[in-house]
Amino acid sequence: MTQTTQADVRGRARANWTRWLPVAIPYLWSFIFFLLPFVIVLRISFSNAELAMPPFSPVFDPIADGVSGTFAHFKEFTLDGYNRLVTDSVYLRSYLSSLQIAVISTILTLIIGYPIAYAMARAPDRWRATLLMLVILPFWTSFLIRIYAWMGILATDGFLNNLLIWLHLIKEPLQIMQTNWAVYIGIVYSYLPFMILPLYSTLEKMDNTLLEAAEDLGSTPLKAFWTITFPLSLPGVIAGCFLVFIPVVGEFVIPDLLGGSSTLMIGHTLWEEFFNNRDWPTASALAIVLLLVLVIPIMLFQNQQAKNTGSVR
Amino acid sequence: MRRFSWFNATSLSLGFAFLYIPILLLVVYSFNAGRSVAIWTGWSTKWYGEMLKDQQLLDAAWVTLRVGVLSATLATLLGTLAAIVLVRYGKFRGSTLFSGMIYAPLVMPEIITGLSLLLLFVAMNFDRGFWTILIAHISFTMCFAAVVVQSRLVTFDQSLEEAAYDLGCSPAKTFMVITLPIVLPAVVSAWMLAFTLSIDDLVISSFTTGPGATTLPMRIYSDVRLGVSPKINAVSTVVIAVVTLAVIAASILTKLSEERAERERRQAT
Repeated sequence: MTQTTQADVRGRARANWTRWLPVAIPYLWSFIFFLLPFVIVLRISFSNAELAMPPFSPVFDPIADGVSGTFAHFKEFTLDGYNRLVTDSVYLRSYLSSLQIAVISTILTLIIGYPIAYAMARAPDRWRATLLMLVILPFWTSFLIRIYAWMGILATDGFLNNLLIWLHLIKEPLQIMQTNWAVYIGIVYSYLPFMILPLYSTLEKMDNTLLEAAEDLGSTPLKAFWTITFPLSLPGVIAGCFLVFIPVVGEFVIPDLLGGSSTLMIGHTLWEEFFNNRDWPTASALAIVLLLVLVIPIMLFQNQQAKNTGSVR
Repeated sequence: MRRFSWFNATSLSLGFAFLYIPILLLVVYSFNAGRSVAIWTGWSTKWYGEMLKDQQLLDAAWVTLRVGVLSATLATLLGTLAAIVLVRYGKFRGSTLFSGMIYAPLVMPEIITGLSLLLLFVAMNFDRGFWTILIAHISFTMCFAAVVVQSRLVTFDQSLEEAAYDLGCSPAKTFMVITLPIVLPAVVSAWMLAFTLSIDDLVISSFTTGPGATTLPMRIYSDVRLGVSPKINAVSTVVIAVVTLAVIAASILTKLSEERAERERRQAT
């Protein structure tokens, strides 16, 4: 509203480009370095693998080929990259196992994160800034370093096994490293702040009088929680779950450093395909399919973000 | 009324123990005399000495620092512009695509971002190295910067800007005199976030790098693959210390500037 009236008062004479310049700069940047690359990935996923540099053909080079040359190359599209995805079962198993690991670890993160966010929202006002800071701080410290920290803890001769043996709880060291357990621990540990922060921000804003009313009307605290607190915190739950689930599906570092040969995750498979097998078309095809798997959750997440912005305005 | 129960206290203590014990152990074992990162054999700072003798490691740290400062600065500029567009421009032709291009990278798996940017650089015949890492880092951190600034802009009292317009300020001057000082704490946090994301990144850098440009996470990663060593703990401890101090300093600065603004507001009324 104010925007349009303001514009009327100012008059449209004030060069339009000063108004649209702030749009153009980030728009162009994102277009060239975010959207355009996907078009190229899509294009290369239809190429043949070659033992050359770049290791695929036809090479996509619109400047050298000109318009007609580029179109001529379109005839040379192959589905080889995608064909490999279907014929070699390791790819399908990687996708399925990534989704499974992502679902389980999202649920674990929610179960562990909710009580922490809930306690933070209930803590006395003067503690809150510090508690928030304490949750955010590990998130600022390097992801790689935090995963590395767990390698020392979970190893067969690591800290955890030494501690448990010293406490006489176990006799033989447990094999945790290079199993999916280590991967779950690593994911929950790394992504916990992403779950806690949106949960905390919805729980903190919640109207406590509703809970008091429920208790005055004879509801038990547990029932009041399930009928009032939890439903009202759902936007935070959803946001937190998206923020954990989507990146975890494509996670590379955690399965690579903590998982073993039996841990299949698509991010890791794609990396191997790209860096070790140097098969760029197959890697591109894997990325395109991964994107298709994630497009629905990503769009839901985006809608929610846009809605949140809209509701505040 | 808010009650803080024993259940709340327990979940907080366990939660923070889970978050902090691994980091504490990492720091403690960087001072271990032996080669193990799990069996304590005595105090020593020799691993820090080893770290300082490792020229490749120091070079990698220097690359990381330069990429971090440059990319955070440019990403904050672009991100702030993007935030203004998201909050103030309403609907325009292509606005849905624009917000999509800002929000989608926030959750995009790094491996896809890295691969797609590499293929772009190959298609454009860019020489890969420092500059391609820089461009890649600007591209993915600007979205985080945009969201941080945006969250401050939506709670911003627009009547202040309108008053400035009514008093004859140009849009550019209004931005410098009114808008920027108010959103400045958010811009500072955006810079910090972009900087830490950049110095932390392994996957996107690995895809977009070329000969001669190895970042610290890439160096640490290739060392870690050969096995754990207190030397890596020492490097990690230095990184953690630097980041922690910077975050605490930034939050104190933000708090001070908010308090000052609050005081000025009270004096004005």
